[in-house]
Amino acid sequence: MRGYLTHHAQSLLGSIGRLARTPFATALTVLVIGLALALPLALGLFVSNAMIATGGFTGAVDVSVYFKPDVAMSRVQQLAHSARERAGVSAVQVISADEALQEFRQYSGFGTALQALGSNPLPNVLHVRPAADAAAASDLDALEHYLSAWPEVDLVQVDSEWVLRFNAILDLLRRVLGIAAILLGAGVLAVIGNTIRLEIQGRRTEIEVVRLVGGSSGFVRRPFLYTGMLYGLGGAVLAWGMVATAVAVLRAPVAGLARLYGSSYSLRGAGLREVGLVIGAGLILGWLGAWLAAARHLRGIEPRA
Amino acid sequence: MILFERVTKRYPNGREALRAATFSIDRGEMVFLTGRSGAGKSTVLKLIAMLERPTRGTVLVNGQNLAALKSRHLPAYRRTLGVVFQEHRLLADRPVFDNVALPLVVAGAHSSELDKRVRAALDQVGLLGKERMLPNELSVGEQQRVGIARAVVAKPSVLIADEPTGNLDPALSLEVMKLFKRFQDVGVTVIIATHDLHVVHEFGQRRIVLEDGQVQGNGDAPLPSMTATR
Repeated sequence: MRGYLTHHAQSLLGSIGRLARTPFATALTVLVIGLALALPLALGLFVSNAMIATGGFTGAVDVSVYFKPDVAMSRVQQLAHSARERAGVSAVQVISADEALQEFRQYSGFGTALQALGSNPLPNVLHVRPAADAAAASDLDALEHYLSAWPEVDLVQVDSEWVLRFNAILDLLRRVLGIAAILLGAGVLAVIGNTIRLEIQGRRTEIEVVRLVGGSSGFVRRPFLYTGMLYGLGGAVLAWGMVATAVAVLRAPVAGLARLYGSSYSLRGAGLREVGLVIGAGLILGWLGAWLAAARHLRGIEPRA
Repeated sequence: MILFERVTKRYPNGREALRAATFSIDRGEMVFLTGRSGAGKSTVLKLIAMLERPTRGTVLVNGQNLAALKSRHLPAYRRTLGVVFQEHRLLADRPVFDNVALPLVVAGAHSSELDKRVRAALDQVGLLGKERMLPNELSVGEQQRVGIARAVVAKPSVLIADEPTGNLDPALSLEVMKLFKRFQDVGVTVIIATHDLHVVHEFGQRRIVLEDGQVQGNGDAPLPSMTATR
């Protein structure tokens, strides 16, 4: 067991040594992997920052239900009650025509003009606030349908449609991020696989000798797997460094821009979760790329006699 | 014991290197495989080392039928062998110590044991003190002896050598053969393919003569029990 662990340590050190002996080639490979990993990381941060920056908006989605003029207050209260019972609704506020008129008088500056009207022209209104987890476009559509199906209702207005559009854009971006991550991950896999393939070819003699003296497939494969993981790790750390630098450079101007909009928002860098994710992805892709290359190219190498 | 029973080896190019060859080698015996180039000497060694598989026939090594050996057990089997080549096949970028230690490393030996056994092996071939040198800094004869040290460091039960003296002058050849004889003296089965008849005569061990893929003679057997065919 100790010999086994020692061998793992030796494989790792050997891989580090070999990479260090060809610094330029190593740096180039790590740079390519770093760029490929930095892109999804940056996109991910962009999406999460956009969500934080606009975090208040989701709550701003509001559905106003205008009743027909002759609907009695008691009926309005009844319907408000059933709206409250519905899943996906967090709050329902009843604004009676009288209250609305009061408010309008107070704030609109048309107080005297309104007094000229014989009756209250305003309808009773419900403000329905969807629950935070039911603010997606499809949920709101369903809610709107439900509310406008009441015969007493004159008009249902979903406010802040632009928030929905914005959320849709974020959703789209998240999907783009997913696709980019998959494509670039495949790219990393190919880069590492190809690099390992070349290294296997370069160390053919050594592999033959190791096989001849009874080295198992696992033994032969191990240094290549470590090399692949080191490439992945190096690329991930570089990606993190690049993104952290970009965040640091952008932080002040973004904060300045936010201040102009009266917001105290500041750019969020990669957190523990993102860093862990990108390093994990680097290690796994490195290992997998090396493993695939090894499985494909080591098989053909048998000692000659 | 090593047993070849009606072993035929046909290579993909159609050449028949062995044709129904039958012979046996006792445990602890030292034999020379002789014959012209292309007579099948190397093929015999390749079949023993499982670098090739026979087209027909049976190869038994220490009771193990090699045809039945699963490929995942191949590394463990190869660790019971020591193999020496004409070109030494050392790793040029590793010092002598690492080259000799390789069979122990692949077997997962402890580093303390590693050090002791590598030194012992280098001592046997007279190269103690050259551990840190690179193979290219050594003479051809020394390189060959590093290869032998690598072949014996894991204490194999069978030692096979393909033209181990091919690149050496007569004096060095004799040295190397004496080395092989010493391993036989401690119980290792030694099989040497060579066409260096001078050396063969000097040692008087049994010869298995191959001609055109067939066994022609089993002369000079020191003991009756060591005759080749059953």
